[in-house]
Amino acid sequence: MLKAAGPDTVMVVPACCTSILQGIYPNTAFNVPVYNIAFGAAAACASGMSNAFRAAGKKTNVIVYAGDGGTLDIGIQAMSGAFERGTDFLYICYDNEAYGNTGMQRSGGTPMGAKTTTTPTGKTDAKKDIDRIIAAHDPPYLATACAAYPQDLFRKVQKALTFRGPTFIHILAPCPPGWRYPTEKSVEMGKLAVKTGMWVLYEREYGKVTIGPQSKVAMKKPLPLEEYLSPQGRFKGIDTRVVEILKQRIAKNFQRLAAEEEASA
Amino acid sequence: MFEIRIHSRGGQGGVTAARLLAMAALHDGKYATACPFYGAERRGAPIVSFVRIDDKPIKVYSQIRQPDMVVVLDESVMDVVDVLHGLKKGGRVFLNSANKKVFEGFECHNVDVTGIALRENLVVAGSPILNTPVLGALAKMGIITADSAKKAIREMFSDERNVKAAEAAYKEMNA
Amino acid sequence: MKKIATGNKAVAEAVKQAGPTVVAAYPITPQTEIVEQIAEFVTSGQMPAKYIAVESEHSAMAACIGASITGIRTFTATSSHGLLYMHEMTNWAAGARLPIVMANVNRSLGPGWNIWAEHTDALQERDTGGLQVYVSTVQEAYDATLMAFRIAEHNNVLLPVMINLDGFLLSHIMQPVDTVELGDFIPAIHLPHAIDPKHPAGYGTLTGPDQQFKFRWEIERSMRDSVKVIEETEKEFAKRFGRKYGFTEDYRCDDAEVIIIALGTLGKEAEVAVDLLRNEGIKAGSMRIRWLRPFPKLNLKGKEVVVIDRDYSFGFGGIVANEIKAKTGASLYSVIAGIGGQEVTYDDIAGFVRTRRMGEEFWFGVNAHV
Repeated sequence: MLKAAGPDTVMVVPACCTSILQGIYPNTAFNVPVYNIAFGAAAACASGMSNAFRAAGKKTNVIVYAGDGGTLDIGIQAMSGAFERGTDFLYICYDNEAYGNTGMQRSGGTPMGAKTTTTPTGKTDAKKDIDRIIAAHDPPYLATACAAYPQDLFRKVQKALTFRGPTFIHILAPCPPGWRYPTEKSVEMGKLAVKTGMWVLYEREYGKVTIGPQSKVAMKKPLPLEEYLSPQGRFKGIDTRVVEILKQRIAKNFQRLAAEEEASA
Repeated sequence: MFEIRIHSRGGQGGVTAARLLAMAALHDGKYATACPFYGAERRGAPIVSFVRIDDKPIKVYSQIRQPDMVVVLDESVMDVVDVLHGLKKGGRVFLNSANKKVFEGFECHNVDVTGIALRENLVVAGSPILNTPVLGALAKMGIITADSAKKAIREMFSDERNVKAAEAAYKEMNA
Repeated sequence: MKKIATGNKAVAEAVKQAGPTVVAAYPITPQTEIVEQIAEFVTSGQMPAKYIAVESEHSAMAACIGASITGIRTFTATSSHGLLYMHEMTNWAAGARLPIVMANVNRSLGPGWNIWAEHTDALQERDTGGLQVYVSTVQEAYDATLMAFRIAEHNNVLLPVMINLDGFLLSHIMQPVDTVELGDFIPAIHLPHAIDPKHPAGYGTLTGPDQQFKFRWEIERSMRDSVKVIEETEKEFAKRFGRKYGFTEDYRCDDAEVIIIALGTLGKEAEVAVDLLRNEGIKAGSMRIRWLRPFPKLNLKGKEVVVIDRDYSFGFGGIVANEIKAKTGASLYSVIAGIGGQEVTYDDIAGFVRTRRMGEEFWFGVNAHV
C-alpha cells in the first residue's frame, strides 16, 4: 500500500492492530509519518489534516489506515462526515472481521455465523455492507481488495490516489489467530473468500461498477461456500440454516452488482 | 513469600501455567497470586508470568525482582532474555529440556516436558501443551503437592491426558 | 465458594449474580475480559440478560440510560479512552438519576497509546454526580460490584456508581476470591421515575434558569445521603458475608506519625512499605481511600501525609492530594507516581516517606531530590 502511495504520504491510524504493528516508542516500523489518533476520530482527523495540507498548497497523500471496528462501528460517523464534505483523502479499511487488537470481539464487520469472544455461539446479525453505505455518498472512487491479491491491491491504491476527493478501499485481511486457521493458509483463505463469493472484488468509479476478473469467475461458478467455512475455527459448528442464508446473500450480492455493472456500463 | 518467574513465548500457555500453579497452591491452603506481565503481546514473543505463594494474603503487585525460582518453558527464550536476572543465590531453575544444564550458583532441574506432551499426544493446533505437565515437575520439586496439582488440572481441563502428562513429568523429575 | 479469578472475571461473576436485564458492551483493553465473560454467561444461559454489542462507548452509556429508565437493572464496563468517550453520557446518567453500575479498569490516556494503570481516567469523572469507589484486591472487586447495585438503586441515592480497578495490576492478576450466596442482599430494583405510558411525562425537557439549579441540588443532596447508604450497605455485607470495608482502609494508622494515602493497588502495596518503615522505627500508617465520591471524612489531625497520585491535573497538581488538602488542610507531601503503569514498588513507597519534604510535590522518575 505504501509502495503504491510513495513517500509524500501521511498515515492516520486510529486504535487498531496497526497501532501495535508500528512498534513501541522510541521506534516506528514505518517510513512515512504516522499520526495515531483516537478510535472514532480517524476520518475527522484526516479531514482536518487534508484541508490543512491543501490550504498550504501541499499535495501530500493523507491515508487513513483503519480496522473494521474503527470504520464500520465507532468510526462511521466521522467517515460519513468526511465523505459527505468531499474531503481529499484515501480511507483504507483492512477488515479482519472483528476487533482484532483486543482479542477478536464481534464488530459490524463480523459475518453472520462467525464465532468471536462476544458471540461465542456465532454472530446472529449480518455483516454491515460498508461499501454500499460509502457508495451512497457518491465518492469518485471506491474499491474492494483482498490481501491475497497484492498486485490488484497495489493497482487500486495507486488509482485511488489519482482522484481528488474521498476514496475508499476495503481490504479483506484474513487473520490466522482470529479466524482460527494455520498461518501458512492465509493467502489460501483470502482466495477462497473471493472464489466462493463471500468477498467480491470490484471497483466503483464515479458510480460505474467494474467487477474484477477473479470475481467474474466466481460469479459464474462459485466454489462451494463450505470450502471457505470449514477450514476456519470461527465457523466451526455453524448452523446449516445460517450457511444457507450466507449462500443466498452471496447470490443476491452478485445479482445486484452484476445488474449495477450492466446499468452503469 | 515464595516468588516464581515463568518464562515462555506467547501462545505456549505460560499464563495458564501461572494460573494452574496458583490454583494448586490454593488447594494446598496457601494464598497465591498469578500475573502475566503485559508488554506488546504477539504470538511467539517472549513473555513473563509471575506467581507468588504465601501463607498469608499477598499485598505486593509490583514485578518480582528477586525470584526464588525461575521456570523456563521454552529454552529458546534464553537467547534473548536473561532468565536468571535477579534470581536469589541458590535459587532454583526449572528448564523444559531433555538436556541437563548447569547454571553456576543455582539449583538446576530439567525435564523434557515437550517430549512428554508429544508422547502423551497432548497437542493442540500443532503445539504441545506444556503447562499441565510442568505442574507435575513443580510438584516433585515441592512447590505444590501432587494432589493439588491434579486437582487444579482437573478443574481446568476435562482431558485426562493432562493429568497423565503431569504424572509422567513428576516421575521423570529427579528432585 | 473459594476459587481463583482475575479482577475482570470477578467483576463479571458479581454482575452475573446481580442479574442485570440489559448489558451494553464495547471492547477496550484492559477491560475486555469483563464483557467477554458476560457474553459467555449470556449465550450459555447462565445469565438471562439482553447483551447489546454497541458501536462505541458513548452508545454503551446511552443504551444503558435508555434501558435503565424503563426501570430495569443495567451494567456496562470500560476504560481510559472509552470512559472519556462516554463522558458526555456519564454526566447524563447522573443528571437523569439513573442507578447505572459500571466497572472502569483504570488505564492511562493517550497519546502515546499506553494500556497500563493510571487513575486520571476515572478522576476526570469526579464532577459528574456519579459515585466512585477504588478497589485493591480481586475479592474487593467482587464485593464492591455486588454492593454497588444495592447502593445505586437505593431510593435515597439513584445515581450511577463506578467501580475502579487498576489496569493489569488488578484486572489481570489472579487472586483467591470467595463468592457468596447473594440471597436477597440486592433488593429488586424500583425506579420511581421509570417510563410508564400510562403516566406520560417528559424526561429531561427544556429547563429554565429558575429551575435547573434545583435539580442539581437534588443530585448533591443524594450524594450526601449516599454516605449513610454506603455505611449501611457495607455493614449489612459484613453481617451477612463476613467482610468489612469502609470509606478508607486504614492500616496501622492509630499511632502513626506519617500516613501514606493512595488509591487502588498502590494503596494496598503501601501496607508492605508501612511494615518496612515500622521496622526502621518510623511510625508509618496507610490509609487507602476507597470511596472518592462522595468524598470521605478523613482523620488526619496532627499527621504528616504522603499522598501518591497515580494521576495528574496539569497546571494544578495531583488530584487526590489536592482534594485531601482542600478538605482537611493537612500537611502533605505530594508524590506523582505510577503514571502510565510506571513501576512503583513497596521499596519506592517507603523511600517517598523517608525522603518526604512536606509542602512539596515530587514526580517519581523526574525530580531528583531523593
